[in-house]
Amino acid sequence: MSEESLIELRGLTKTYGKGDAAFEALKGVDLSIAMGEFVAVMGPSGSGKSTLMNLLGCLDTPTGGSYIFQGIPIEGLSKDQRSLIRRHALGFIFQGFNLLARTSALENVELPLLYRGYPRKLRHEMAREALANVGISDKERNTPAELSGGQQQRVAIARAIVTNPGTLFADEPTGNLDSQTTLEIMDLLCRLNVDRGISIIMVTHEDEVAGYAKRIVRVKDGLIESDLKNPAPHAAKSIVH
Amino acid sequence: MFLNAFIIALREIRRNLTRAFLTVLGVVIGVAAVITMVTLGRGATEMVKSQISNLGSNLIVVRPGQGWGFSGAPLFSNADISAVEGQISGVKAVAPLSNTNASVVYHQNARNTDIQGTTPAYFGVANWKIREGRFFDDSDVLKQSAVCVIGETVRKELFGKDDAIGQKIRIRNSSVMVIGIMAMKGQGGFGNDLDDNIIVPITTLQRRINGKASNQNINQVMISGQDNYPSASIVSDVASLMRERRRLANNVQNNFTVIDTRQIAEAVSSSTQVMTSLLGAVAGVSLLVGGIGIMNIMLVSVTERTREIGIRLAIGARAREVLLQFLVEAVTLSCVGGVSGIILAYGLCVSLAKVVGAPFLFDPKINTVAFVFSAAIGVIFGFMPARRAAMLDPIDALRHE
Repeated sequence: MSEESLIELRGLTKTYGKGDAAFEALKGVDLSIAMGEFVAVMGPSGSGKSTLMNLLGCLDTPTGGSYIFQGIPIEGLSKDQRSLIRRHALGFIFQGFNLLARTSALENVELPLLYRGYPRKLRHEMAREALANVGISDKERNTPAELSGGQQQRVAIARAIVTNPGTLFADEPTGNLDSQTTLEIMDLLCRLNVDRGISIIMVTHEDEVAGYAKRIVRVKDGLIESDLKNPAPHAAKSIVH
Repeated sequence: MFLNAFIIALREIRRNLTRAFLTVLGVVIGVAAVITMVTLGRGATEMVKSQISNLGSNLIVVRPGQGWGFSGAPLFSNADISAVEGQISGVKAVAPLSNTNASVVYHQNARNTDIQGTTPAYFGVANWKIREGRFFDDSDVLKQSAVCVIGETVRKELFGKDDAIGQKIRIRNSSVMVIGIMAMKGQGGFGNDLDDNIIVPITTLQRRINGKASNQNINQVMISGQDNYPSASIVSDVASLMRERRRLANNVQNNFTVIDTRQIAEAVSSSTQVMTSLLGAVAGVSLLVGGIGIMNIMLVSVTERTREIGIRLAIGARAREVLLQFLVEAVTLSCVGGVSGIILAYGLCVSLAKVVGAPFLFDPKINTVAFVFSAAIGVIFGFMPARRAAMLDPIDALRHE
């Protein structure tokens, strides 16, 4: 493998509950993702794709197996250490946007920088740049309630990329959006992947959306069912603001 | 990290100003109530103390009969006065007091007032200060001089803007010259007007005004104790002396009363202090309720804000940063409440002090206690919900609707 390794999973398992009520959500997953990849994780509900996503995003710890992220074994890390990995290396986009209510777009985007302890001026500068990158510079004063779904997801993307993370986790990023907005958001993600070299790992159940990824991993019953290169990913169109 | 938590906490407060206001209100009222009650109570205590010390310093009063009321018990004689002066140790001065109510007339103005016949020792014993003119002296007592010293209330009523010194007023059938005006004392411990009186030589009262030559009509013996002498021993010495002089058998009750005004002062001020502590305790309960209000709001907002906590954790906040944010929010709210409470209490005290008539005494101790308590409420009641927030699993928190 010529590319540098981003994610190495070996026999990853995750069990919820104990005893008779125990439910094995992941039954031993092996997966390698290289830096700069755009991977779509697909599967029916209950297949374990969300569990996999949470583990990859360092939001949760596996029950067994090993997970090495950029050379760091994650399974032994404490809650706080995982927080720091998320703070410094990861960005998250959610289906429900998960912006802070009653908070301006600018302040929402600033939030990760605040936890990094950046000074006010730098925070504003970087947040404005991120908002410009997702094409909604004019909405920095607006709160989520004053923005459309697509605009909110753009703010969420701006918040995810403001720290210049190497990896972006997207959990059904277009699940709450109409088809036109879905196209725009997917274009934006493709552009981030191609232009800025950000690795993207995206959970989706829509074939159309998964079509933008260069690689599609299908999960079923806690195991990887198929792992295929996408022969013809949708090309990122030029974005019209 | 602390600065960041502070910025984040302030943003959260600003975002929910109404909620913050309502939360703080409980603490504001609690702190204000505690400070106001205690401050006013202390003012009242001080007022009572100063009113009683107005009566005279280390004053011991001997009255006929039991208690304060009128009785048929025998009055005192000049010989009693001399005996107390000569035989009791620790006595600074003794003055006889014989008083009667009489109508006083100057031109068209008349007033019914308390005429007190006494000796010059009385001025020192009862703490009277001269404002204008002079007190009468021993020779005035000897000569039964027709002179008097008047209180401020009498002066105002009889003379108004006119000059009183040297003027003659009529008490019953005698004409008496005003030789002095006393400095104002204000209200006595029982709400009576201490300045509504006229003081004359005792002989003048007995012979000229009352018109009968009796040695037996001394109503009260006023004794001033030496400063560091225990007043209790003077009280018991006077009592046994009087029993001896009156030849009272062992099984007979006193037909006189010895009253130690210092004891009364202590009793009255200790009872006002008890009232103050009681009121303060009641106010303290309201402060506690205010604190529980903060805890309630913090608990509710943790539940309400579970998603927010999830978002913060997902983008890389550590548990302790979330904890600190919630703590800073709670402490900021309760400190703002504390400071507002102190300001409100200050306003209340200043305006209520006028209504109640008690002096306003700023007490840094109770202000500090109330403030520290409100801050502590923030820390304690903010800590538990904050810890709950920080311990949340980011996935569970994010999934929360």
